[in-house]
Amino acid sequence: MMTQATYAGVLDLTVGAFLLAAVLIVWRRELSSIVHLLAWQGAALAAIPLAEGIYRGDAGPIVVGVVVLVLRAGALPVLLLQAVGTADTERRESTPLVNTTSSLLITAGLTILAYAVTRPIIALNPAPATRAVPAAFAVILIAVFVMVSRRRALSQAVGFLMLDNSITATAFLITGGVPLIVELGASLDVLFAVFVLGVLTSRMRRTFGGTDLDQLRELRD
Amino acid sequence: MSALAVVAAALQVVCVLAGAPLVVGGMRQVRARLEGRAGGGVGQPWRDLRKQLRKQQITPRGTTVVFAVAPAIAAGSTLLIAAIMPIFALGSPLDSTADLFGVVGLLFLGTVALTLAGLDTGTAFGGMGSSREITIAALVEPTILLAVFALSIPGQSANLAAIVSATLHNPGQVLSLGSVLAFVALVIVIIAETGRLPVDNPSTHLELTMIHEAMVLEYAGPKLALVEWASAMRLTVLLTLLANLFLPWGIAGADPSPLAVLLGLVAITVKVAMLAGALAAGEVFIAKLRYFRVPELLAGSFLLALLAVTASYFLATPTH
Repeated sequence: MMTQATYAGVLDLTVGAFLLAAVLIVWRRELSSIVHLLAWQGAALAAIPLAEGIYRGDAGPIVVGVVVLVLRAGALPVLLLQAVGTADTERRESTPLVNTTSSLLITAGLTILAYAVTRPIIALNPAPATRAVPAAFAVILIAVFVMVSRRRALSQAVGFLMLDNSITATAFLITGGVPLIVELGASLDVLFAVFVLGVLTSRMRRTFGGTDLDQLRELRD
Repeated sequence: MSALAVVAAALQVVCVLAGAPLVVGGMRQVRARLEGRAGGGVGQPWRDLRKQLRKQQITPRGTTVVFAVAPAIAAGSTLLIAAIMPIFALGSPLDSTADLFGVVGLLFLGTVALTLAGLDTGTAFGGMGSSREITIAALVEPTILLAVFALSIPGQSANLAAIVSATLHNPGQVLSLGSVLAFVALVIVIIAETGRLPVDNPSTHLELTMIHEAMVLEYAGPKLALVEWASAMRLTVLLTLLANLFLPWGIAGADPSPLAVLLGLVAITVKVAMLAGALAAGEVFIAKLRYFRVPELLAGSFLLALLAVTASYFLATPTH
């Protein structure tokens, strides 16, 4: 059991780590380190229901937390790491559409925006979990930004997984726990999406010799 | 305010004056040993200063008073910071005159003075160095202000002594998210501001890469000694600031006894020596960043500082 103050402290630290992982994903270029950061983000996500389960003495959130931990911090990053190419040009996100400096400043703007638009939600119920919603919401916006600004198929997949992580985190924080069956369904969906993306990435590489999606825009014979 | 607090504040200035070259010497020595060299010893910067102070005063033709007074402004503003901020005692008589924002302003006053001096010489290197230095300074300033803002939220004040005593009364807040993020942002900013690796290499005079050294290339003799002394003091003051904002233990109170002042002196010496040693040891493992990649690093530290503000302002649980 933990006290309310410890629970709030643990929650702040986890959500902060969650947001920090998203920021570092925007910062780094090496695809393998981006995937490792995604695993850390998954672990931070799993800590939200785990902390809640321990605080309330309830087994349900703990089971959800363990499932999330195994899937998002274990299985999905391992699958993605296998899809990272070995060629030199394939291991880095060398030329994103927006350069890193502007990306970081845009991320800062998105974070502020998230705090601005979630104020009514916090005003509804100023509990520790609700106060952390803006950080999870900021990660949703950052994930969408990563998806539209990256060129490599793999980093777009990371953006997609980050989006899913952040939506799950928002759900955990707002509703105070998602039923196990719903979480299981969503997680299986994501797992299959990553399977398909992994297969697609390796076939793209075999057919076209690269995963730069910008080169696949026009038809050639 | 006791007489001893005034004595302690005066002692702070003397200690920064005398200790700054030793800090630089210690960092060079750590670096030399880790690279397998013998090194010049901790006292080498003092010997260099003595040599330069004995040399003849030379002023390049065509330079104006801007060039002549810049070293004095840089050194003077740093010494003023040393008198204001709590280094080993909290109750400096100047403490109420300037808060952390004032200290940041004084730091940039020194930078701007040297930048103008670099432009005043009219040489290619001086102008190039000034342009680079002011680019970095312009990127550093918002980060420092944001990090300061984040640190002043828990203490409800931007006054340095108030922040330090708030941390002393509530040690747990050092490990809060906002404080950790502000620490990382401040470390990056201090590295950029004092021209250490990976932003600038202080031990090179290669024309393509130098920043601070290019700016002060025309100085010689006693003025060069003053410039180097000022940059060593700036490094020392910033390391002290970092140590006292995040690890204030051992600092003497507002109404100290002689023993407490002595203890504070020993504590801050140990803390600064450890920070400087860690910085020097870290520099062995990294190469200088390309100049065009520096804004990336500083944008990252700006973002960390912004997150520190949001974390300590929005996430912080209400204490009442």
